[in-house]
Amino acid sequence: MPADNPLTPAQEADLAAIAGFIIPASDEFDVPGADDPAIQADMLATLGRDAPLVREALDVLARLAGAPLGDLDPARREAVALALRAVGGPAVAALTRVVLQCYYRDDRVVRSLGLEPRPPYPQGHVLPDGDWSLLDPVRARPPLWRRA
Amino acid sequence: MNDPVDVLIIGAGASGAAVAWSLAETKMHILCLEQGGWMNPAQYPSTGRDWEARFWGDYSPSPNIRGRREDYPINDDNSPIKVVNFNAVGGSTIFYTAHFPRLHPSDFRVKSLDGVADDWPVDYDTLAPFFAENDRMMGVSGLAGDPAVPPRDPPMPPLPMGRSGAIFAKAMNRLGWHWWPSDTTVATVDYEGRAKCINLGHCTPACAQGAKASTDITYWPVAQRAGVELKTHCRVHEITTNGDGMAAGVVYYDADGKEQFQAAHVVVLACNGIGTPRLLLNSTSGKFPNGLANSSGLVGRNLMFHPYAQVYGYVADETDSNRAPPTCLWSKEFYETDRSRGFVRGYSFQFGRGVGPIMEAVTSEQKGLLPWGAAHHAVFRRLNGHRLTLSAICEDLPEAHNRVTLDPVLKDCHGIPAPKIDYTIGENTARMMAHGIARAKDVLAACEATDICVNSPILYGGWHLLGTARMGTDPESSVVNEWGRSHDVKNLFIVDGSLFVTSGGVNPTSTIQALALYVADQMKQRLANLFD
Ligand SMILES: Cc1cc2nc3c(=O)[nH]c(=O)nc-3n(C[C@H](O)[C@H](O)[C@H](O)COP(=O)(O)OP(=O)(O)OC[C@H]3O[C@@H](n4cnc5c(N)ncnc54)[C@H](O)[C@@H]3O)c2cc1C
Ligand code: SF4
Repeated sequence: MPADNPLTPAQEADLAAIAGFIIPASDEFDVPGADDPAIQADMLATLGRDAPLVREALDVLARLAGAPLGDLDPARREAVALALRAVGGPAVAALTRVVLQCYYRDDRVVRSLGLEPRPPYPQGHVLPDGDWSLLDPVRARPPLWRRA
Repeated sequence: MNDPVDVLIIGAGASGAAVAWSLAETKMHILCLEQGGWMNPAQYPSTGRDWEARFWGDYSPSPNIRGRREDYPINDDNSPIKVVNFNAVGGSTIFYTAHFPRLHPSDFRVKSLDGVADDWPVDYDTLAPFFAENDRMMGVSGLAGDPAVPPRDPPMPPLPMGRSGAIFAKAMNRLGWHWWPSDTTVATVDYEGRAKCINLGHCTPACAQGAKASTDITYWPVAQRAGVELKTHCRVHEITTNGDGMAAGVVYYDADGKEQFQAAHVVVLACNGIGTPRLLLNSTSGKFPNGLANSSGLVGRNLMFHPYAQVYGYVADETDSNRAPPTCLWSKEFYETDRSRGFVRGYSFQFGRGVGPIMEAVTSEQKGLLPWGAAHHAVFRRLNGHRLTLSAICEDLPEAHNRVTLDPVLKDCHGIPAPKIDYTIGENTARMMAHGIARAKDVLAACEATDICVNSPILYGGWHLLGTARMGTDPESSVVNEWGRSHDVKNLFIVDGSLFVTSGGVNPTSTIQALALYVADQMKQRLANLFD
């Protein structure tokens, strides 16, 4: 395994396949799946400290599948994916989080949620002030705190 | 060999900064040693597209996950609540959520009023001027007139109610329960050189705008201008004593990892409720074989966390989600003791506004709400931006078996023994948490929320670190006296959350800092006979 690549080619293929199962592409919402090449590239580039746990989860996946996940027929693939989810634990949680965190920061996906693809700073957001007359019944209450 | 200083403060967090600023007017030579460095807000997560993901990495609130060189590991395996903190100039205020209530007057008199734990040796009225001074220095936003707390006058207007606050406010009015906009240390107008909040929504972990009052941008610049010296990346290993049993100074590792000795006439500990007992327990000698200032055996004992019972659900209307500071409203409806509830003491509700999309996806997947496969998208769109959260901040009573000791094996990168936590949730607290969950569900029902989820306790919710070197008048049942001086070592003071006799049911930092200012004031008044 080259130093700059945290996964073997087989693990990369399984990662793409499981990501595509967790979040498939959708015409209805006009979004790619989590197996989209740009999203996969983000996952590999930013795996960082999650790499050991993700590799552990992919090893479990490989054992459950007995073959590359992408080669299985859809019913078997679904059974393996759901079996992996049922295994749970820190490794599967890390794998799932890596998939979700790279998916939900993809520009296309963020836009499809009605959000702007940008960091919060420096533009920030606008927050409505609200109707402070809602406090009137609370203001009318006698003191609630105990004198001590 | 370093020149001796008059006052050596260890820790540059919430309390260390406050005590440094207050003592600066004495013109004594004051030095603070801090194991962390200055933070660079330009590198805070909210400046990048990976702002949410860094919460699980280099900006995790858990030092064990974060693992920066400035952090020390904590063995909290034997605790259902994991310790979270931050180690830098500003301490844990870099990370805190800036919810800023004060303890109530009744919190200082729990034995007299409710027959449990102990009364404090100070009361609310004594601390009142220091609360006000701290509010001004930190910059507090809020609204005067709350009938649930003693009168106070926050220097800035409250945070906007927002969408989430409005939904909660209407629900609380339907239930007839108390609510009020929270006091926070988020600047709602430009304040003392701080730019006002622009709703980045990422106060925890850190505010890139500089609107949230962490002490690196409030107390420290003023204290340094007044002459206080602050040395960063200096980790104190132990406090040494002389033949008279007085603190002589400290042994520390400097930024290059070199061991140094710093002599001091007065040592002030401000390392928080875990760091302070750790340092005292690491400071053993022939005269103090069980750790410094520990003749009572109470150093490290009576650890209190405030277990959080968090409940959330989803409403049809859009909430503020991550587009606002997480702080919003508080409720004190269940704060004061009512024995008919099946427990004594009480809790606050802290209302939140929602979470960002990645936090939503990760946590609702873990809860089993968010499916894998084709149904994922529709469910995610129903959840994302629709979450409402509230937490019961439950008063933890002091129990001697909840404690900080030294781990026999685990060490930090300098080889200094790490703290070990043994903690269980007490029976009274457990009943209170169950009550809080039930009432929170009532609130969410009044909001017409669905898909209710509970995190009780919040696992990574050990953010309030209290009680491990308590104050009191009796040397047998307390570590420091009523003005923060060690009973055993007359030139050693403690000013952080370790001092708390009981925990109250509110976030503690306002009270921690008011106490630090009070101790500093007492020191200033007694300079001529400080060690008598
Ligand atoms: C995620 C999170 C959210 C929070 N939210 C809130 C909130 O909304 N409201 C609230 O009131 N509180 C909140 N808190 C708690 C708040 O941050 C603390 O109560 C407060 O910072 C404690 O002040 P302190 O001075 O006791 O310790 P700290 O602020 O933790 O400072 C201790 C300092 O001592 C240094 N130190 C420790 N050991 C050594 C050593 N051996 N040598 C040198 N330096 C050392 C540390 O590096 C640190 O900088 C939160 C905390 C966290 C982590
Ligand atoms: S919400 Fe306000 S205080 Fe919080 S991080 Fe953003 S600008 Fe700072």
